[in-house]
Amino acid sequence: MDRKQIDQIIDKHHGEPGSLIQILLEIQSEDSWLSKEALEQVAERLQVPMTRIQHIATFYKAFSLVPKGRHQVHVCMGTACYVRGASRILDTVQEVTGIRPGETDQDLKYSLETVNCLGCCALGPVMVIDGEYHGKLMPATSEAVLKNYE
Amino acid sequence: MPRLQSPEALESIRKELASKRDSQRPCISVCAGTGCIAAGAGEVIAAFKAEIEKQGLQADVDTKGTGCPGFCERGPVVVIYPEEICYLQVKPQDVVDIVSQTIKEKKVIDRLLYVDPTTKAKAVRESDIPFYRNQRRTIIGNNIKIDPKSIEDYLVIGGYTALAKVLFAMTPEQVVEEVKTSDLRGRGGAGFPTGKKWEGARNAPGDTKYVIVNADEGDPGAFMDRALLERNPHSVLEGLIIGAYAIGAHEGYIYVRQEYPLAVENVTLAIKQAEEYGLLGKDILGSNFDFSVTVHRGAGAFVCGEETSLLMSLEGKVGEPRTRPPYPVTKGLWGKPTTINNVETWANVPLIINGGAEAFSSVGTEGSKGTKIFSLVGKVNNTGLVEVPMGITLRDIIFEVGGGIPGGKKFKAVQTGGPSGGCIPEAHLDTPVDFDELTRVGAIMGSGGMIVMDEDTCPVDVARYFVEFLTDESCGKCVPCREGIRQMHTILTAITTGKGKEGDIQRLEHLAEVTSTASLCALGKSAPNPVLSTLRYFRDEYEAHIKEKRCPALSCKELIAYHIDPEKCQACMICLRKCSAGAIVGGKNQIHVVDQDKCTKCGTCFEVCPPRFGAVQKISGEPVPAPLPEAERTTVRKANTNE
Repeated sequence: MDRKQIDQIIDKHHGEPGSLIQILLEIQSEDSWLSKEALEQVAERLQVPMTRIQHIATFYKAFSLVPKGRHQVHVCMGTACYVRGASRILDTVQEVTGIRPGETDQDLKYSLETVNCLGCCALGPVMVIDGEYHGKLMPATSEAVLKNYE
Repeated sequence: MPRLQSPEALESIRKELASKRDSQRPCISVCAGTGCIAAGAGEVIAAFKAEIEKQGLQADVDTKGTGCPGFCERGPVVVIYPEEICYLQVKPQDVVDIVSQTIKEKKVIDRLLYVDPTTKAKAVRESDIPFYRNQRRTIIGNNIKIDPKSIEDYLVIGGYTALAKVLFAMTPEQVVEEVKTSDLRGRGGAGFPTGKKWEGARNAPGDTKYVIVNADEGDPGAFMDRALLERNPHSVLEGLIIGAYAIGAHEGYIYVRQEYPLAVENVTLAIKQAEEYGLLGKDILGSNFDFSVTVHRGAGAFVCGEETSLLMSLEGKVGEPRTRPPYPVTKGLWGKPTTINNVETWANVPLIINGGAEAFSSVGTEGSKGTKIFSLVGKVNNTGLVEVPMGITLRDIIFEVGGGIPGGKKFKAVQTGGPSGGCIPEAHLDTPVDFDELTRVGAIMGSGGMIVMDEDTCPVDVARYFVEFLTDESCGKCVPCREGIRQMHTILTAITTGKGKEGDIQRLEHLAEVTSTASLCALGKSAPNPVLSTLRYFRDEYEAHIKEKRCPALSCKELIAYHIDPEKCQACMICLRKCSAGAIVGGKNQIHVVDQDKCTKCGTCFEVCPPRFGAVQKISGEPVPAPLPEAERTTVRKANTNE
């Protein structure tokens, strides 16, 4: 994302410091991460110290300070999925991808996150890859599902 | 659309809209809630549109993606109007039959109907299905009737009549009084009387006041608020405008999680539509009352569901709680008097205004009035969103509405209130759903998550699960919460992995007491509840983990082993092929053996072993039997005729 686009987002919020979180969310949703340059530009335009921006960017889960992989894997660890065996699905996914929740592999193929309820508990355990739902998983089927993403 | 200038104009537009609708006109409504979409509702809607076009029926039949009727277990759910025929688990390939038989020839397709698991009777209409019959759906009942993206749909079913009524026939004080009389209590979890909160904000000094919808629904396994906001956003908005009028606010916020993109989209659209109609903005319906609403997306922090953290976040800061008092009703957003209510609370407001406080409070118990929405999930047959009258017993919810436990398993406990709540065992299943009664048995009403557990669920592990969640979500501001929860997590992890020590239970109880007494906000204060309630009812299971290194539910991975009973193994190779760790030794006519060193305990072999063999077993607290010597493993598979 170039400087101009970031400026547009900031202008949309009238450059108000109170909109900091909303501005970061918009940059994040365009770029899927927050680069150092982007944060510095926001700091400068809003006249907010970088420490406060860092505080916010690390406090809230929606923000990532590293680039994301091609495939976003979300394993639901909501209670309903959990009692139906979600941790076994997560174990399998970690084994196949070689990464832990919150991480991205070196080839930038997968980013793995756990989420706390996707609201489709009837299908649990559930995993969402790039917005596509895969429900009623078992360890073996989750492995097969992952292998469909290149 | 010119802005409406009077309540009469609203009524006439409502009549005009209604007159254009033919109640006898066939309409195919497909649930487009998250559960059904995940189950393929999008493809079903597309297939209906294509088929209707192919048959040239566009002019005669409507197809609608509607709100969640709640029966997620059997999604995608399709209801055909005007007959109200309800089809479940509809697939794109069923669409041709539905259009040609049900729409054109008015014939019911038997195979898509609900079949009662015990009586085998088929139910044609939604209202005949026990899941629905035992509910009281005053709030979510409209979901299936409206397209959430259409304000006209909401107007036709009587939307914004309550708003017109308060603006022109009631003073703000009368509105507050009405809500007080209704005895509505906050649906977000704590159950504070809504009218009292409104009165506090109304009486607080100051000209600038705010109203806020708390839609930062964060409990894992709970999705009531999302369903409302996604599926009937105008009902929440109408409640909010009424509340603003009552307390004297001219600005409001809807604080919604960014993880709910559809809710953000639909509520944003609803605000725009209401503005166009003159139901929001300046001089609403010509009443001189001004009110505007902004949607604020939460950035993913569970603690922001706590009202003071939510306010911090709204102000663009890190969501850490403030000390109370002062309470938000006197000193809230930007230091001004603020009323924060949960989504479901706001959605109840128009009902109270329209039907009257007395009608509202005629449902429920002495201390808890009206209905409550729960997301009934976990080990239960009919997973879904249910709305029940207060006072119904937990047993009725789980066994009548929920259809009991799947797979003939035994009920163990139900967890209410999410990470702040507790587990309720069989002995207390006849407890009525009521704020005070649930607290008495060690749980809480909470926002509405209801997770059913069967004999295979380990209560110690469930406590560990919630505490782990809270370890991640504690904001870290105050020490008792940050450290207390972390230490409880360390002990619980040790117990569930076989490293529990004598005295761990006492240590947990001590930590729980300190954390709940000394934490700054409700997150920390309620964090020990999952631990304390499981200790109260399942202490023996804790002791089995600690003393015998045994998990009675056969669930804790480190305490169990998988073993193949050589007497039962038919050497069918199914588990051997499915094992991703290559931990099963065997072959054709060779009894299979689990290599305990390689086994990752994923449980696949246990699940795939045909039930008629039942050879794979889970064991805990005892040594794994030695494998048969290799020379004795040859077996001749039972002839198929025996099966």
